[in-house]
Amino acid sequence: MVKANGKAGNGPVPAEPILSVRNLRAYYQMQYFGIDREVRAVDDITLQVNRNEIYGVAGESSCGKTSLIKTIAAANRPPLNVIGGSVKYSFLDRDIFRMSEEELSRVRWKHLSYIMQGSMNVLNPVRRIRKSFIDFAFRHINKPEREFFDIVARHLERLRLSPSVLKAYPHELSGGMRQRVTIALATICRPEFIIADEPTTALDVVVQKDVLAMIREVQQEMGSSILFVTHDMTVHANMADRLGIMYAGRLVEEAPTREIFANPLHPYTAHLIQSLPRIGDLSPKKALPGAPPNLSDPPAGCRFHPRCPLAMDICRRENPALTALRPGHRVACFAASSEVRPVSEIRETVPPKVAEARS
Amino acid sequence: MSDLLIVDSVTKSYAFGGLFGRGTFKAVDNVSFTLEAARPEIFTIVGESGSGKTTLARMILNLIAPTSGTIRFRGTDLNAIRGSRARMDFMRHVQPIFQNPFEVFNPLKKVDHYLFMTARRFAGASKTAEVEAHADAALQKVGLSLAEVKGRFPHELSGGQLQRTAIARALIPGPSLLVADEPVSMVDASLRMSIVNLFRTLRDDLRVSIIYITHDLATAYYISDRIIIMQKGVVVESGPARQVLDNPQHPYSILLKESVLSPETIGEGILGLARHTGEGPPEASAEGGAATRTLAQPRSS
Amino acid sequence: MLKTLRDLFRYNREFAIGSMLMAVILGMAALSAFSPYPPANIYVVPPDMPPSWAHPFGTNSRGQDVFWQLTFAMRNTLLFGFAVAFLSRLLSLLIGLVAGYQGGLTDRVLMSINDTFIVIPLFPLLILFYFVMRDYMNWVLLTLVIACLGWAYDARLIRSIMMSLKTREFTQTSVFSGMKMHEIVVREHLPYVLPIVFSTTLNNINWSIGLEVTLSVLGFTDINRPTVGTMIFWANQHSAMVAGVWWWFVFPTAFITLTFIALFLLAVSMNEYIDPRSRLARMGMGGA
Repeated sequence: MVKANGKAGNGPVPAEPILSVRNLRAYYQMQYFGIDREVRAVDDITLQVNRNEIYGVAGESSCGKTSLIKTIAAANRPPLNVIGGSVKYSFLDRDIFRMSEEELSRVRWKHLSYIMQGSMNVLNPVRRIRKSFIDFAFRHINKPEREFFDIVARHLERLRLSPSVLKAYPHELSGGMRQRVTIALATICRPEFIIADEPTTALDVVVQKDVLAMIREVQQEMGSSILFVTHDMTVHANMADRLGIMYAGRLVEEAPTREIFANPLHPYTAHLIQSLPRIGDLSPKKALPGAPPNLSDPPAGCRFHPRCPLAMDICRRENPALTALRPGHRVACFAASSEVRPVSEIRETVPPKVAEARS
Repeated sequence: MSDLLIVDSVTKSYAFGGLFGRGTFKAVDNVSFTLEAARPEIFTIVGESGSGKTTLARMILNLIAPTSGTIRFRGTDLNAIRGSRARMDFMRHVQPIFQNPFEVFNPLKKVDHYLFMTARRFAGASKTAEVEAHADAALQKVGLSLAEVKGRFPHELSGGQLQRTAIARALIPGPSLLVADEPVSMVDASLRMSIVNLFRTLRDDLRVSIIYITHDLATAYYISDRIIIMQKGVVVESGPARQVLDNPQHPYSILLKESVLSPETIGEGILGLARHTGEGPPEASAEGGAATRTLAQPRSS
Repeated sequence: MLKTLRDLFRYNREFAIGSMLMAVILGMAALSAFSPYPPANIYVVPPDMPPSWAHPFGTNSRGQDVFWQLTFAMRNTLLFGFAVAFLSRLLSLLIGLVAGYQGGLTDRVLMSINDTFIVIPLFPLLILFYFVMRDYMNWVLLTLVIACLGWAYDARLIRSIMMSLKTREFTQTSVFSGMKMHEIVVREHLPYVLPIVFSTTLNNINWSIGLEVTLSVLGFTDINRPTVGTMIFWANQHSAMVAGVWWWFVFPTAFITLTFIALFLLAVSMNEYIDPRSRLARMGMGGA
C-alpha cells in the first residue's frame, strides 16, 4: 500500500510531484423532502503539489476551498460526493478514492496529516495533551511507551515547546499555544504531506506570525509539502511557494507566489492583490461590484464574468480552460490569454474592450 | 454641547473565582477620550482579543454599565438613561454595526422587516409607502436599493450586501454616532473595501461619527482619523492614526505593527525571524499565564 | 401546509407509518359516537363471549362489548392526553420564555420553582393526591394536576433556547430597531421555540397517557369512566387473565401500544422536519 518510505532531506529537490489532482469534481448532492440541490463546490480542478513546497490555496468563503481539501484527503462525507477525477499521492500506489477506510487510517497521520483552524477539533478537551499524542501517533510510531515519549519530547523541544505542555489540558493553554501543540501533533510522525486549513485565522496577529513561522520551519526541516488554505492573501504572500486562486469552485490562476503578486493575469487575482490595504498606503482601494455566485446555480461560461471589468462575449458563453501562459503560470481567462498583458494595471474605469487596453 | 461623546476614566471590572479567592479582573481600565460634535471622524479602537475593545463598545452602546467613570453622550450621562422613552431617544442617535453579517438578521425572517421596523419606530413613518421610502433612501446611501433587498431572506444575500443592509438600517434614524465592532472581519476580501469605503462616505457626506473597532491595522490606517491602541484593557497609545501607525512609540504598538504581514515582504523570510516575540517563552504561557488569558477574553473576537 | 404534509408523507417513512397508525387510532375514538350501548351500562350483552362477527373484540365479564367499550376508552384517553399536553405546553412556554428572556431575579425565582417540580417524586404525590381528593376525583381534576406536574422539563429546555437566542446578534439588531421585549420574543424568537414545543407536545401526550394508564390500572382514578387504563383495571378485578377472557385486556393493551408507537414515530419525524437547520436547508441555504 505504501510505497517509498524515504523522506526527502534538506536541499533543493527538483519538481517532483507528491500530490497530483486531476479533473477533480465534488458536488454536494442534497435532497430535502423532494427538493434536489446540487452545489458544485469543486468543479474540474487539476493541480500538482511538489515535494518540499508550500502550495497555497486562496479564495473567499464558499469558493469551495474547504470542500477541495476534504476531498483531497478523502475525508468527504455525503452529501459531498466525488463525481469524477483522481487524487494521487506519490507515497500511495493508487488513487486515494480506491482505498479502503482501513488502509486510509494507516496512512493518515503517518503520511498525510492535518492542521485545522480550531485546535479543539483535534485536542480532546477532557484529555491531557499527552493522551492526544497517544491517540494519534502511538500506533504509527510503534515503539514502547517510554521511547515514544522520548521522541515526543524531542520533537516538542525542536519546535521550542516545553515538554511540560504534555501534562496540561487544552483549556489551560492559550489559543496560540494550542495551535502550536496541534502543529507538533500533526508533524510528530514526520508526514510527507500536510493539509493546513486556515490554521491561523482565529489567532491574534502577534501570535499568528509566530505560528506561521513555526509551520514554515518545521516544513523546511522535514522537507514535507503543505497544502496551505487561507483566505488571507498577506499570509499567502509570506508563506506559500506557489499559489492557486479559487473562485466559485474553480481554480482560476496558479503561479509561483512572487510571480502572482508581481504580475497577476486573472482580473480577480489582480483585484484581490490591488485592494489589499497596507500600512503606509493611502491610495483609494476599490471593491469589486456584485457578489460571488451561488454555486447551486452558477453563471454560464466563466463564473467571474458578471463581476469582471474585462468581460467579453465569449466569457458569457464558454468556460475558459486553465492554460499555461508563462512557464509555471496558469490562468483561466480569455482576456488574459487573448494577449498576454499586465492585467494588474487595469482599473475599473477601463471599458470592457480588449482592444483599448495596453499591451 | 460641542462634545458628541465623552468617555471619562471608564473602568469595567468583572469578578471571577468561586466561593474562595474571588478576584476582580479589569476588562477596561481607566479609558478616556472625547469625540467632538462639530467634526465627524472615524475613531478607531485597535486591540487583540482580550484587549477590552468590545467591552468598551458595549458600554458606549449602553448595553452594560461601567463600574466606574462616566460616559456622556451629548451631555447626558448614559447611566441616567432609564425607561423606554429615554432609551429609544438614545438609540435614535447611537446605532451599532455588528461583526457577523450572517447573524445580524434573523435567518428565518426577511431582511426588510428590520428596515421597516426601524423606520416605523424611529423615523416616524407609519404608512407603508412612507416606510418603504425611508428604507429605500437609507439603502441608496449604502449603494443598494429596496428592490434588491425587499422580500429577501438573509441567505439570499452576500455577506457584503448584508453588512451594507445592516448599515442602512442603522442609518434610518439619522444617528450621529455609529459603533462598528469588527464590521469587516467576516466579509470577503473582494467585498471588504466596499464597506470600508462606505464608512468614509458616511463621515464626509452624512457627517456621522464612527467608532471603528478592529484588530486589523491595515484597514485602520486606511480610514481612521484618530486611533487608540488597547492592550489588556489599557490604552497604550493614542493619537492621529497615520502618526501613530507610521511611527508607533509604545513597545506593544511597535510589536503589533511588526506582526502585520504585508505582501511587500514576499520571500524575504520575515517569518523565519519572528521567534517568540508574542507570548514570551513558551514555558511561561504553558500554565501560569494561561488562566488569566482565558479569562481575559470576554468574547471579543 | 398541506404541501408540507404531503411531502412529509412521501419522503419520510416514520411520518407515513406514524400518521397511518394515528388515523386508525383516531378513527377508533371517533366510532364512539356511533356506539349502540351507553359506555357506563353493564350487562347489555351476554358476558364472556369470545370475538365473533357480532362482537369483534368479544364481550367482557361485566356484559359489555369490548369493541365499543374500547372506542370510548380510546376517546377519553386521547382527550386526556391532548388536554394535559395543551395545558402543560402553555405553562412551559410562558415560564420558559419569560425566564429565558428576562434573566436575573425573575429567572432565578422561576427556575427554583421549576427545579422543585423536577425533583419531587411524581408517583407518590399522585397517589397521595388520590387519597386526599378521592371523593371529588374526576378526569378534569386529574388533567389539571398532571398538567401542573408536566411542564417543568420543557420549561427548562425553552429557557435554555431563549438564553442562547438572546445572545445572538439579531436580537441586538431587533433591540436597536426599536422593538419591545414582547415583540422580540414573539416575532423573533418564537419561530425557533415553537417547533420544539410542538415536538415536546407529542412526547408529553405519550407521557401523560402512560401516567394515566398506570394510575388507572392500579385503581387510583375515577374508575367509572372508561379509559384504556380503567378497562385493564376491571379486567384485573375480574381475573380475566386467569379466567381465560384474554380479549378483555389484549385489545386495550394492543391499542395503547399502537398509540405510543404512532406518537413516537410522529415525534421523531417532526423533530427532523422542524429542526431549524433542516428548515434553512430546505429554504435553499445549506451546502458549501
